Amino acid sequence: MTKKIKLSELGSLIGGDIEALEGVKIEGDVEIDLEQAGMNPQMAYALGHETAQMAVHLMNISRILGYPVDQMIGGPAAPKRLNKLIESRFSVGKIEEWKTPIQEVVLGATSSDGGSRKSTITLGGENALPYYFDSPMPHRNHITMDVFDMPINMAKAVKSNYEDVINSPAEWAKKVVRDFGADMVTIHLISTDPNIKDTSPAQAAKTVEEVLQAVDVPIVIGGSGNPEKDPAVLEKAAEVAEGERCILASASLNLDYARIAEAAKKYNHVVLSWTQLEINAQKELNRKLMKQCGVARENILMDPTTAALGYGLDYAYTNMERIRLAGLSGDTELNFPMSSGTTNAWGAREAWMTASPLKEDSDWGPREYRGPIWEIITGLTLSLAGNDLFMMMHPTAVQVLKEITQTLYGLKETEPLNIDNWIAAVV
Amino acid sequence: MKLNSPLQVYKYLPQTNCAECGEATCMAFASHLIDRSKKIDDCPPILKENFKKKYLELQTLLAPEIHEITIGTGEHAKRIGGDDILYRHQLTFFDPTALAYDVWDTMPENDLVERVNKIQNFRKFYVGKFLKVDMVAVRCVSGDALKFAAAVRKVSETTKLPLVLCSFDPAAIKAALDVVKDKNPLIYAATEKNWIEVSELALNYKVPVVLYSSDLDKLKSMALTFREMGIKDLILDPGTYPQGKQLKDTFERFIKLRRAGIKEGQKDIAYPIMAVPLNAWLVFKDAVAASYWETVLASMFTVRYGDILILHSLEPYAMLPEVHIRDTIYTDPRTPVKVAPGVNEVGSPTKDSPVIVTTNFALTYYTVESDLSSNKINCYLAAVDTDGIGVEAAVAGGQLTAAKIKDTFQKANFEFKDKTSHSTLILPGLAARLQGDVEDVTGLRVMIGPPDSGRIPGWMEKNWPPKPK
Ligand code: B12
Ligand code: SF4
Repeated sequence: MTKKIKLSELGSLIGGDIEALEGVKIEGDVEIDLEQAGMNPQMAYALGHETAQMAVHLMNISRILGYPVDQMIGGPAAPKRLNKLIESRFSVGKIEEWKTPIQEVVLGATSSDGGSRKSTITLGGENALPYYFDSPMPHRNHITMDVFDMPINMAKAVKSNYEDVINSPAEWAKKVVRDFGADMVTIHLISTDPNIKDTSPAQAAKTVEEVLQAVDVPIVIGGSGNPEKDPAVLEKAAEVAEGERCILASASLNLDYARIAEAAKKYNHVVLSWTQLEINAQKELNRKLMKQCGVARENILMDPTTAALGYGLDYAYTNMERIRLAGLSGDTELNFPMSSGTTNAWGAREAWMTASPLKEDSDWGPREYRGPIWEIITGLTLSLAGNDLFMMMHPTAVQVLKEITQTLYGLKETEPLNIDNWIAAVV
Repeated sequence: MKLNSPLQVYKYLPQTNCAECGEATCMAFASHLIDRSKKIDDCPPILKENFKKKYLELQTLLAPEIHEITIGTGEHAKRIGGDDILYRHQLTFFDPTALAYDVWDTMPENDLVERVNKIQNFRKFYVGKFLKVDMVAVRCVSGDALKFAAAVRKVSETTKLPLVLCSFDPAAIKAALDVVKDKNPLIYAATEKNWIEVSELALNYKVPVVLYSSDLDKLKSMALTFREMGIKDLILDPGTYPQGKQLKDTFERFIKLRRAGIKEGQKDIAYPIMAVPLNAWLVFKDAVAASYWETVLASMFTVRYGDILILHSLEPYAMLPEVHIRDTIYTDPRTPVKVAPGVNEVGSPTKDSPVIVTTNFALTYYTVESDLSSNKINCYLAAVDTDGIGVEAAVAGGQLTAAKIKDTFQKANFEFKDKTSHSTLILPGLAARLQGDVEDVTGLRVMIGPPDSGRIPGWMEKNWPPKPK
């Protein structure tokens, strides 16, 4: 870095006598750029060039004061001018540590495999961070859209898309697949929560059957999040969906995960191993699912928890990135594909509040545009950390996230564009 | 940096444990140099003449892998680069990505001034500070050097923010530099065609310069050439293509450059990288679509190694996520952001004002505090020491307990009998399950507020003052 020094400080620095510069008048304090001389003065001292260096300083001062030193003694080498590029080649290696692939997990089953889905989805299989040149990603990211078994509170921008189907999970499921391009559907059985409607497991299982009939994509079955009730609900749902290779969401450390693991094994489903932003807890749960419950590796998916942009995304991002790097580098308790509850982004005030609660803030603008982009950026950030499956809500968010992740994956062809004159673009 | 353990650093220190640096031992100081929480100059003895050699060696060895560059002058000057790692959990990223928003020289003067003001006045409150944007990029659209210089003059009269002077025409850059040469602007850009003239400008005016080429061989050749001429403050723009395979390749170039710089220590290209998400506007004509895509590109290159971005959209739905994702990536993962525990006054509370309990997680505290103060609710706000954990996680993790709450008021010498007429405290809705415990431990009346502090004003209307028992 360039070091500036005041002329008045120079005396002490060089230990010499400035007045020795005969015939020059010093007016005011002049700032001198020490680097101008082409040599770092401290380095010169270190190399023992004190005398040479002092001369350089003095010449600098003289030059600044208009004394024609350069003509007299040639001066320090003027900066070098080149008129031909020094040709060079750029190259960079691949990452040697990434030797362990991420487990492949197949979701859904077709009739030939004992299910009724039209096609299946494969997640995982990566040998590098997402979209890295070290090794192409074998499977693209996928999106599963949320469907609820009862009307719930939603941000206005989200709700307006679902008003016509809010009372019918089957119609809702059809709509997200048909109109919004969902790769999968998540049916959230939230009405089973004892504090909400306490719907029975049998009743909830009926809803699951309806959804399976309404759409032919693979599905995720989500409980209400109530740790006492979820095992019974997921068990029953797993039974009616036998052979469909659904994701059971979720097994976690604060409920009877063994029952969920058992249901997945018995009826051929995949377990979502859910922990809250803690890499060691994730290891522990995965280990328990494998060792203690005997769940096969190809039936495990992880949800390390998603916190929204501005509300803990820093934790969620770094947690996922660490998990993925550990998996690629050989931690076989962490090399599973990941899923994100990207919908959590709607919890952020910036996504749903009409305006900033603070007068000092710049205008937040219309919230209709803030919500979807909050969901997109939350998802995009996690996709860069290694997330494979996104649970989402807003159609625009789904569309844009698909566009960017599939572009990076290599699926999007466009006419080549010349950007060389972007500066003069009229936008 | 080339050293990675305190022991290695220790070898270069005076080893007297004199504690002048504020650390008990040289070894402790060494570990702070490694995690970059202290600077070599914080050790007075090493600045003395007899340590000069060690000092200089240490300085070289501790220099960040990615060259650090300053743009602008004074309090708004912005440093970029300076990184040592590829993933944030390995330490932390330094020098947050600079966000530069554009203006252009064909704008009518009034519009230009208005736009610059919009850029420099943008602010978003977040955990006790305002998130802001950093620079103004002036684009030469007219092709006329004088017109460009005039626009640059107007911008520099309107703002102290650092400037990026954008033109591929050396004459235009020179005309603009003559206007703002004392402000250490960044010049954009040297290319395969104009590099000889632009290098001359960088040398004469001593300003940082961007090298632009989407061919990494060319980019490296230019970097080498400029370095050879003594120009060190370089920024690399490997071209930001907004779509398709070209975008995929762009992403790849960013990864390659940064990996070469940090993992492989290739000094020749270890410079900050620039991305131009503005290029989204070359393909999307609809303003919402273009703003969305620009924000997507900006976020992607904030996460993956962009050190400075040129942006166009001033829509709040673009700028808000942009400043937040930058904050997300650059927040130091080593320290939870917390505020000092204690009982604070919001506004001017009286004996009838409510007493509100929250945690000392900065995000929680400032959210609650701003909800209260912006709604003119005079009250006492207690920040309980939960090790910087938010309400729900702290209740779940046992950092927010009745005992801790009691302790907070005790340590602050806050006597409910003297300070309030009601002996009541309000807990967050998400801490409802502590109600009984808190009543037992403190002997106070405990009310449960709404789950979100944004709803406190509405809740107060119905529930405050508390009905006498
Ligand atoms: C980020 C996060 C973390 C981070 C915490 C970072 C931090 N510094 O706080 C980390 C990774 C450390 C973490 C850890 C854990 N977490 Co956590 N975490 C979250 C997450 C994703 C976001 C929480 C957050 O930051 N919210 C934003 C802040 C601003 O909200 P807040 O503090 O609640 O403040 C708001 C309100 O409470 C209210 N408010 C605040 N004060 C007051 C005062 C009054 C008077 C009123 C009226 C209102 C009010 O207004 C504020 C603004 O809206 C949530 C899930 C989610 N999406 O909500 C889970 C969550 C909170 N975590 C949870 C759990 C279980 C844990 C762990 C126990 C997990 C584990 N097994 O390790 C640990 C505990 C760690 C500990 N305590 O030591 C659970 C809690 C479940 C429960 N209800 O009990 C949640 C809900 C996830 C879940 N669904 O299971 N977590
Ligand atoms: S000031 Fe320097 S010499 Fe003294 S203890 Fe600190 S590091 Fe050691």
